[in-house]
Amino acid sequence: MKIIVAIKQVPVRDSQLRVDANGRWIQEGDLSFEINEPDAYALEEALQLKEKHGGEVVALCAGPARAAQTIREALAKGADRAIHIEEESLNTLDTLGVAKLLAGAVKAENPDLILTGLQSDDLGYGQTGVVLAELLGIPSSTIIMQVEVAGNSIRVKRELEDGWFQHIAMPLPAVLTIQSGINKLRYATLMGIKKAKSKEIKRVTLADLGTAATATATIEKIYVPHKSKQTQIFEGDAKTAAAKLVEKLKFEVRVI
Amino acid sequence: MSVLVVLEQTGGKWNRMSWETVVAGQQLAGEMGTELVLAVPGSGVAALAAEAATKKCAKVYALEHDLLKDYTADAYTAAVEELIRAVNPTLVLFPHTYQVRDFAPKLATRFSQVLISDVIAVRIESGSPVFVRLLFQGKLNGDVRVSGGGPYFASLQAGSYRAEALESGSAPVENFSPSLVASSIRQKPEAPFRESARAVDLTTAEIIVSVGRGIKEKENIPVVEELAKALGAELAASRPICDAGWLPMERQVGSSGQTVAPKVYMAVGISGAIQHLVGMKGAKTIVAINKDANAPIFEVADYGIVGDLFEVVPALVEEVKKAKGQA
Repeated sequence: MKIIVAIKQVPVRDSQLRVDANGRWIQEGDLSFEINEPDAYALEEALQLKEKHGGEVVALCAGPARAAQTIREALAKGADRAIHIEEESLNTLDTLGVAKLLAGAVKAENPDLILTGLQSDDLGYGQTGVVLAELLGIPSSTIIMQVEVAGNSIRVKRELEDGWFQHIAMPLPAVLTIQSGINKLRYATLMGIKKAKSKEIKRVTLADLGTAATATATIEKIYVPHKSKQTQIFEGDAKTAAAKLVEKLKFEVRVI
Repeated sequence: MSVLVVLEQTGGKWNRMSWETVVAGQQLAGEMGTELVLAVPGSGVAALAAEAATKKCAKVYALEHDLLKDYTADAYTAAVEELIRAVNPTLVLFPHTYQVRDFAPKLATRFSQVLISDVIAVRIESGSPVFVRLLFQGKLNGDVRVSGGGPYFASLQAGSYRAEALESGSAPVENFSPSLVASSIRQKPEAPFRESARAVDLTTAEIIVSVGRGIKEKENIPVVEELAKALGAELAASRPICDAGWLPMERQVGSSGQTVAPKVYMAVGISGAIQHLVGMKGAKTIVAINKDANAPIFEVADYGIVGDLFEVVPALVEEVKKAKGQA
C-alpha cells in the first residue's frame, strides 16, 4: 500500500519564543526546529504499516527551505521518498490554504492512505488532515490510537473523551489524524541516515501547484497571555502553610 | 443574520460544554444585535431540544434523523451543512470537543471557511468577531480575524465561558429533517467502549486532587490518594503519570485527557505544562503545591504552597480532617 505522511516542522518544544517586530509572528532567527510530535507518531505508524503490508511511505511536507532537515530525518527513519512543498511565507496562508497545497501534491500520487498528526504544536488548529480529506473527497477519522488494514478498508480505534474509545471502519483511501503515544517511536539508524542521502526529495513550489490561496482567517496579532490571577502563596513550614490553606478552603472557597 | 450554536449530545446525554457555548452565543448575539438559534443534532432529540428551548434564544432546531443516531463525520457534516444553508447564520459556534474536531473542519471547508478552533475568547469589533486562540501550546495567544462572506465557524475551549451565566427563556422548537442517505456515509462506527472496567467522570467532580511527576514513583501515589479521600475529591493526574501506568488513563487531565472545571483543583507536584493547563484552568479555584516557585502552574494558581509535597500533603490531610472534625 502507498502511504503518504504529512509532516510539519515546528520550533523545538522548550523554545523561548519572542514576538517579532510586526507582532504577527515569532522571531525565528535563533530558534531550532524539529518534527511536530504527533506527526512523528504518524510517520512511525506509516512505517509499521509498511513493514506489515508492504508498499511505500512518502513523506509530504509544506515548509520553508529549513524544513529539508526534518524531511531528511523522516527519510533516515525509513520513509522511501519525500515531497517538499517549498515556500517561505506559509504563515500568510490559513489551514485551508495549506491543505489545498497538500491536496494538490497528493492528487498525483493516488495514495491508499494518508496519515498526519492530530494537531501541530505551533498553530494547533488540529484540522489540516480533516480539511485535506474533504478537499480530496475521501473519508477521514481523527485522534486515532490504532490502525488495522483489511483489504480495501481500514478499521481504526478512535479516542473519545473521558477514556472512551470507538472502532470505526471505512473504505480506502482515507485520511487519519494520529494521536501521540499510538506507538513507540524509532530512532534513525546509521544505515538509515546513510541511505537517506540517496533518497529522492521532490521539490514543488506554489506555482507548480497552481493554487491561488486567499486566507479567510488571518492572525492579526500575537502576544504573551496576560497573567489573569494573583497567586496567594502561603508561607511558613508545611504545617503552618497547610493550616492557612485549609482555612481558605473552609471559609472562603467553602468546600470543606 | 443570526448566531447558530450546535449543541452536542450522545445517546440522549448532553456534553455539558454545550451550555458554555450557548452562553457564548447569548452574549455574542447580544453584542452583534442579532438573534441566537440553537441546533440539537441526533435521533430522538425532541426532549433535549425542548430542554434547550428553556434557554434564552430565538429558536431551537431539533436536527433529527435516524442516521444521526450514532455519530459519523459524514452524516453530521451533511446534516449541519443543510441546516446552515437553510438558516444562513453569520456565526456558527461549537464546543471544542473531540466530535467537533472530527467533523467541523470538514463542514467549514464546504463553505470555503476555516474553523477557528480552540477559541478562548471572542470580541466583537465593528460588528464582526475577533477570535482569541492559543498558539504554541499556550505560550502565546493570537487574535484571529475572519473575512470572506461567512458564515464563520469557531469552536470554544472548555471553561472559556461559564455555564452559570446561562440565561433562561422560552423559545419554539422546530423539527429539521436533513435529507441524508445511508450510502453516502462512509464511516461505520462500532459501539464505544472503555478499556478499564471502572468509569471515572472527572468533569462532574466538585474537587479534584491531581498529581504529577513530582510524586516520583508509583509507590508514593497513596500520599495524594489520602488527601483526595480526606477532601472527598476525585484523584486525577497529568499525562506522564498515566503514560507510566501509575494511574489509569481515565484519570488523566489535560489536552489528551479530560477537561475539567471543578470548584477546586489542587495540583500536586505538577509543573503545569500547557497540555495540562488547558485541561484544568477553567477551575474556579486552583491550588498549586510545588517545590519550584517558578513552575508555570503558579501562573494560573489562586493559592500556592512552595514546598516539598511529601511534607505539605500529609500536613494538609491532618488539617482537613481537623477542619471536618474528624481528627
